[in-house]
Amino acid sequence: MVSLELRFSGGMELLFGGTKAVTVDVPLKAGAATMRDLLPWMRDHLLKERPELFMDGDSVRPGILVLINDADWELEGDLEYALKASDEIVFISTLHGG
Amino acid sequence: MPACQRCTTARAALKRPKTGESVCKACFYLAFETEIHETITTNHLFRRGEKVAIGASGGKDSTVLAHVLHLLNQRYDYGLDLVLLSVDEGITGYRDDSLATVQRNQVQYGLPLKIVSYGDLYGWTMDEIVAQVGLKNNCTFCGVFRRQALDRGAVLLGVDHIVTGHNADDIAETVLMNILRGDIARLQRCTSILNNNDGTIKRSKPFKYTYEKEIVMYAYFKNLDYFSTECIYAPQAYRGYARTFLKDLEAIRPSAILDIIHSGEAFAAPSDPPSAKTTAAPAHAHGEKPAQRDAGECERCGYMSSQRVCKACVLLEGLNRGLPRLGIGKTDRLRRRHNLHEATSPETLGRTIEHMANVRLEAARASPAAAASPPTPPPPAGAAGVGVGEPSTALSAPSAAAATARGVGVANNDAPRLASRGALMEL
Ligand SMILES: [Zn+2]
Ligand SMILES: [Zn+2]
Repeated sequence: MVSLELRFSGGMELLFGGTKAVTVDVPLKAGAATMRDLLPWMRDHLLKERPELFMDGDSVRPGILVLINDADWELEGDLEYALKASDEIVFISTLHGG
Repeated sequence: MPACQRCTTARAALKRPKTGESVCKACFYLAFETEIHETITTNHLFRRGEKVAIGASGGKDSTVLAHVLHLLNQRYDYGLDLVLLSVDEGITGYRDDSLATVQRNQVQYGLPLKIVSYGDLYGWTMDEIVAQVGLKNNCTFCGVFRRQALDRGAVLLGVDHIVTGHNADDIAETVLMNILRGDIARLQRCTSILNNNDGTIKRSKPFKYTYEKEIVMYAYFKNLDYFSTECIYAPQAYRGYARTFLKDLEAIRPSAILDIIHSGEAFAAPSDPPSAKTTAAPAHAHGEKPAQRDAGECERCGYMSSQRVCKACVLLEGLNRGLPRLGIGKTDRLRRRHNLHEATSPETLGRTIEHMANVRLEAARASPAAAASPPTPPPPAGAAGVGVGEPSTALSAPSAAAATARGVGVANNDAPRLASRGALMEL
């Protein structure tokens, strides 16, 4: 189990039943499991609607920004980032409104 | 955990899509703000003393635009009189919530806010329009009505210039769609950062070269309060295929966004597209096309229109007559079938849009400071002096030189119209 703090904003929360923040115990191994494992778990366990608007292939849909511990996940190896206990991961949609 | 490539000390927080650079928050803020300042100055978007309305929807782009313009106006002393201008389309559960966001922005930045509503202007809210026309052409009504609502709000405020939050991704998307449609005239309009030539109020897009990703990251890191629910009446949630395609391209090669904007500019540059009038002539001979008029005014409402009656007035007539396809389908055919001439006497039209001449008078009455004592040469009385004419195009040489000397792309127009600010603090 790895305990993570997940946050959703910019309209992303609409796909997760309006939840803006949730602490979850994910049945993955800290230090070994990566974002590549977390995304499908979120899709299968947390996502409430329209999975095609969350994932595209094995990553998030282009236009969704991800931050790991307050930094752009592109700086942290994106899909290959190894999850640690109490990581904070933020998903922000850029596709909503203007 | 990579370090910032600019200051080399702080932890990097963002990979910039434009450059691939890793930057910390502080270096990102400075780069983001400075690049927008440079866009403003190199394109001479503003004049000193200009009254500028920020088209504010409560969404991410206009919220960040209001924040950054407010900040740059102070940091570089542009001397702008900034106001927020919002359109209330009358969409329950959508616009009322986003307007609450704009109202919070108004307080945060101390900027006056004006809200113009479809209900007041047209006698129809979007809720009522959708109840009549359904969900098929509702976005056409909304788009036509919004553009005119912003212009009318600007006249009421005595504004010289409207800025909108269109970002690089939006513009690249529009370029793609206009290229696919072969619409060169529109391609030109969508790529130009400043439109100041068609009889309406000057409009510009200071975020033309600003990536959506950076706007969203800026709002997130700075904790700016914005509204992000989709319009309940725009069913295709995520703006369609062009947007998806663009985001896919950007994921592979982030510079694609700017490349597309630049190719749009290159397409538009050789310009002088064949005049619509000449090409439309044969159709006119068959009596299908109404006569085109150059930069005329709508004979019903006085709004700038190349047709006798502007699109908003035709759509409104259709709503009032229970013929919502008027102005959307084959308008002329519908008019013949129902025996409705364009020059119908106003009494049979039902509710019409207030004539622009009255709006200008109203503006002059409401804020005498803005209208009655304009800064430099007072416009002729007939123009009511609320900045709908274009006194701005004639930039006097000394003031341009002064602006250059100060290193700021805003011209020097000695008497900023700040006096009217108090009068505009209205909801
Ligand atoms: Zn730095
Ligand atoms: Zn009209």
